[in-house]
Amino acid sequence: MSDTEKKKPNRRDFIVTATTAAGAVGVGAVVWPLVDQMNPDASVKALASTEVDISAVQPGQSITVLWRGKPVFIKRRTQDEIDSARAVDLSELKHPEKDEDRAKNPEWLVMLGVCTHLGCVPLNDKGDYGAWFCPCHGSHYDTSGRIRKGPAPTNMEVPKYEFVNSNTIKIG
Amino acid sequence: MSDHEYTPKSKVGKWFNDRLPLLTLANHLTDYPTPKNLNYWWTFGGILTFCLITQIITGIVLGMHYVAHADLAFESVEHIMRDVNYGWLIRYVHANGASMFFLAVYIHIFRSLYYGSYKSPREVIWIIGMLIYFLMMATAFMGYVLPWGQMSFWGATVITNLFSAIPLVGESITNWLWGGYSVDNPTLTRFFSLHYLFPFLILGLVVLHIWALHVPGNNNPIGIDIKKPSKDTVPFHPYIVIKDAFALLIFLLIFAFFVFFSPNILGHADNYIEANPLVTPAHIVPEWYLLPFYAILRSVPDKLLGVIAMFAAIFVLVILPWLDTSKVRSTVFRPIYKQFYWFLVADVLILGYVGAMPAEGLYLLIARVATAYYFAHFLIILPFLGMKEKTIPLPLSITEPVLGGSTDMAMARNNSDFKDKL
Repeated sequence: MSDTEKKKPNRRDFIVTATTAAGAVGVGAVVWPLVDQMNPDASVKALASTEVDISAVQPGQSITVLWRGKPVFIKRRTQDEIDSARAVDLSELKHPEKDEDRAKNPEWLVMLGVCTHLGCVPLNDKGDYGAWFCPCHGSHYDTSGRIRKGPAPTNMEVPKYEFVNSNTIKIG
Repeated sequence: MSDHEYTPKSKVGKWFNDRLPLLTLANHLTDYPTPKNLNYWWTFGGILTFCLITQIITGIVLGMHYVAHADLAFESVEHIMRDVNYGWLIRYVHANGASMFFLAVYIHIFRSLYYGSYKSPREVIWIIGMLIYFLMMATAFMGYVLPWGQMSFWGATVITNLFSAIPLVGESITNWLWGGYSVDNPTLTRFFSLHYLFPFLILGLVVLHIWALHVPGNNNPIGIDIKKPSKDTVPFHPYIVIKDAFALLIFLLIFAFFVFFSPNILGHADNYIEANPLVTPAHIVPEWYLLPFYAILRSVPDKLLGVIAMFAAIFVLVILPWLDTSKVRSTVFRPIYKQFYWFLVADVLILGYVGAMPAEGLYLLIARVATAYYFAHFLIILPFLGMKEKTIPLPLSITEPVLGGSTDMAMARNNSDFKDKL
């Protein structure tokens, strides 16, 4: 059209706008189920918690259990390991967290055994800090599971857990 | 597309062609004028088409025997290997076929880089090609997950975790990709579904790639525009068809060597151990064709920046037609670029090598230097070189260096008598 004057909206414009808007809502309503079907389903979510018997774990020993498809490290730490974790100056840490906050009961460290870099399982009793070392891309963790060296951005995650009794931990 | 009208000879042919001009298309493909100086590096388009068809056919057959379930997948692959008639052959062709496909695509891409095939007016061909390459990597990655071995599982874990680097929504995205809180059965089934789909998307893009190619026509080793059809061209059939077929036979010899004599040399022994979410293999490496990008990922000490660098390494290729400012296509006439071209080839090979090595000490240092050089090549060297480089004068036609009788092209160019004769 050659005229540059502003056209006053007429009834046809209204219909076009309304149809487009209704169409967009319709498309969204169809697309969302197709996208959301890929999210964790009810059966996956149902496996949200697991109970672990820890009575056989000796000081210095670590066990690995599966929770929501991921390994969880349950480590019964020695006094040396607790002391070295608590002695660290927070300013040295890439992701500053107090050991007291990570292990409520200092003897037991419970955390996801998943490297926060790209999800590998770190190896126990390895690395520069005598604790965990990820073989994939070389992240070193200390006796509190905190990242000290390497590409991982954060400390290994502490999941929600509680002591059901002195011999049982419930994760999740 | 075709410069001339085509009428089928038979009455039935004409009747059909008037309703659906398939015969016109076939005639266009047969007569398609092709530069007569195409060398063997130009045969990889045909080889790649063969690879894609091979992967689709063997893949469909494997899909008849494979079971996409975390508890059954590993066993069903062994069932294919041991029980299914010729299952071992079909699986080895499919697995090695992926490597052969990438071998051919890398030669095809570096051919383009050497002869400037990505430059105007062929940018769209190049971009579609890069899309195909990206889809190939996604398809190969998901296919590698399906046998549900240790490398499958941990490769899938590492690659899907790349998305967790995205700020704020990273975790939701990985959970969405996995269909859970880790790589598990829902991940496997969706990867199988998409692994089946993507090759057909690639096939569609290949049709567009060839269509876009047939608009300007092929580039050629001296990279000049030619008249089509002319003394500088030959029809696609039989000249190029025969040459492509011969090259394909040589390629098949190499392919067959891998399938029959060392079918597992390009894989990892760890993948014959069933997936175990509690134990990560000591040394995770992707398949060889992804190693350069893996090296770039690991060379950056920051998680998010490493992921960005890896994707940028691919994206920088997509915008290459606008990064290379030189109007001269073929490296034959670019003496300085020629050296940088070979530096880039060496750089990518070095990245591939360090990608397979542990990311520590000297390897890490080499990976960092090679990563920096990779980006410098595309973002600094190419734009500036195009403006500064003194190129060798181009011949006027493909036949000129041969029939012009003069070794000095610049002299021939200035000779007006000569120009008139053309």
